[in-house]
Amino acid sequence: MIELWLGRKSWAAMLTALLSFAAVAQEEERETDFELELQFENRYFFSEGLYSGQERNYLSLAVKPAYELSWQDGDHSLKMVLFGRFDQHDDNRTHADIRELYYQRVKGSWELSLGWKKVFWGVTESAHLVDIINQTDQVESFDGEQKLGQPMAHFSYLSGVGTLDFFYLPYARKRQFAASGGRLRFPTVIERDDFSVDHDLEEWYPSGAFRWSNYFGVFDTGLSYFHGVGREPLFLNLDSSDPQFFYPIINQVGVDIQATTGPLLLKLEAIHRQADQQSFESLAGGVEFTFGNIKSSGIDLGLIAEYLYDSRDELAISNLANDLFTGFRLAFNDAKSTEILAGGIFDLEKSTKLYSIEASRRIASSWKVEVEARIFADVSNEEFLYFFREDSFGKFALYRYF
Amino acid sequence: MKKHIIISMVTLLVLGGITSAQSPEVKGKEIMEKYLKEDEGFGSSEVNLKMILRNKQGQQSERLMRNKTYELTSDGDKSMIVFNSPKDVKGTATLTFTHKEGSDDQWLYLPAIKRVKRISSSNKSGPFMGSEFAYEDLSSDEVEKYTYKFLEEATFNGEKVLAVEQYPVDVKSGYKMRIAYYNPSKNYRLEKIEFFDRKGSPLKTLTYLDYKKYLDKHWRADKFLMVNHQTGKETELFFENYAFKTGLEENDFNQNALIRAGR
Repeated sequence: MIELWLGRKSWAAMLTALLSFAAVAQEEERETDFELELQFENRYFFSEGLYSGQERNYLSLAVKPAYELSWQDGDHSLKMVLFGRFDQHDDNRTHADIRELYYQRVKGSWELSLGWKKVFWGVTESAHLVDIINQTDQVESFDGEQKLGQPMAHFSYLSGVGTLDFFYLPYARKRQFAASGGRLRFPTVIERDDFSVDHDLEEWYPSGAFRWSNYFGVFDTGLSYFHGVGREPLFLNLDSSDPQFFYPIINQVGVDIQATTGPLLLKLEAIHRQADQQSFESLAGGVEFTFGNIKSSGIDLGLIAEYLYDSRDELAISNLANDLFTGFRLAFNDAKSTEILAGGIFDLEKSTKLYSIEASRRIASSWKVEVEARIFADVSNEEFLYFFREDSFGKFALYRYF
Repeated sequence: MKKHIIISMVTLLVLGGITSAQSPEVKGKEIMEKYLKEDEGFGSSEVNLKMILRNKQGQQSERLMRNKTYELTSDGDKSMIVFNSPKDVKGTATLTFTHKEGSDDQWLYLPAIKRVKRISSSNKSGPFMGSEFAYEDLSSDEVEKYTYKFLEEATFNGEKVLAVEQYPVDVKSGYKMRIAYYNPSKNYRLEKIEFFDRKGSPLKTLTYLDYKKYLDKHWRADKFLMVNHQTGKETELFFENYAFKTGLEENDFNQNALIRAGR
């Protein structure tokens, strides 16, 4: 289903304002850029689905146009990235989104952005704990790396003590879960509107965030604070006749540190999140060691190990309570940019194992292929992931760029 | 009069003697210092890069990039590279703070997930974007990076050039040695570099072609040609639309600017 929340008058006004900046730019020396990405995708699930309506094979097409306009030597710019996908069987995975649509003003050591934007924070590979500005596009990515566009006013200032970022986030986006015809879903189909926000203002509860970041020699570090609508929904009383799904109002403090010491990287992310319903800590930390240019072949092999901890138990939608991630990254550094990333997450208390492999290669100057597989093995019935235990899949994707 | 001539001859002999007594190590280092000194003062530069990779069978692939450099004399330069083509890596960008001594600081921006990653610069012998250029071939020149030995005076395209052996200080370098040819009549610009692998075998030759002079003394080649003698592959690197002192400030080289440049 295409999300139609744009109907609100205030959004229409914001859009009009953004487009009028473009009109102003018409009269000055300007630079424009247009790009289009098409993606053909096929997902194949290795087992029959547990729930009625589910299929084995899913064809899908996605389109991502991007437009950029800048004037006055880049001091003013307007950027737009749209995204749309059609999925053969999953009606919720057929969706469209404004990924980015913002005006940006840059002057000396500060920049101001107004509109829909994407922002990433963090250093670890297997979990993204401190990253909280954008909602996850759940139907688009299992690893949570694809995000929905977030309306915001973002002010960034380069001070003598580091970069200071201030965010005002007037509207919270809810996660979209798979429809009845989709895989990787719960026994009961949960729609976006089944979730409430734990406040009278619902999604319009204003959120705000602040981040300080800097680097000192080999250390890159960031400290962040967020108040507002949590990006992760809570599921309460699931076993009772009155199950509750909602987005809590949260306060979150986060820290991320990376030490880059030659071929060895040390990484740490940690958060403390507080809400009326629960408070918890979560941590991800580990190492990445790269053997570069092995035997002068040009090939780099990176070994990654990360430990994941979460003090929540029952209430965690994430299943990373006490887990170990190990994996490797193989970069061939060839003319075709061939890359492989493979690994597994192993639960240290329960039996659950999650394996994944992602590989990509350019096949012509404007074409790329990608294969991916995710295997859920020995999933413990104490975890959320138990609902997805039969959803191991392989994916093939072909990208064409214009 | 005769006496004067004798004194002059003696002086010449003594001076000549001093010159020839200068060790090849000192002379080699001096040539590198002159080369760097002659190019000081460019302030900042911007240039478009086109790279053509060609394998033994003649198959080609192309990369387009834009480079911005900000000159610092107290430490190494700051620079930013943004990729425009192939399209699957469009918007990927790197920010590098080079240092005269020790490892450079380097960040990589991945536009698809908007992530800035600090990356290790220790893997300098690896290929840059699948080309015959290693990362270390493209990083800024600093006196401290090598030990030197003057080899000989040679002729290159009819002009006198000075050949200097350069031994990388960093054990992670992919080379045992390189021989660089400097042209003293053209502000000590580089004409050619021959690279020798860790075993000492000839590996690659880099030739600088189509030089132009900017701001009265800054020589920039429009084309670099790197040929790998061991694999038969070659890479041409074209520099288009050089611009100097374009108003870049040190402020234009930070993570926010990296994200903006990459998008």
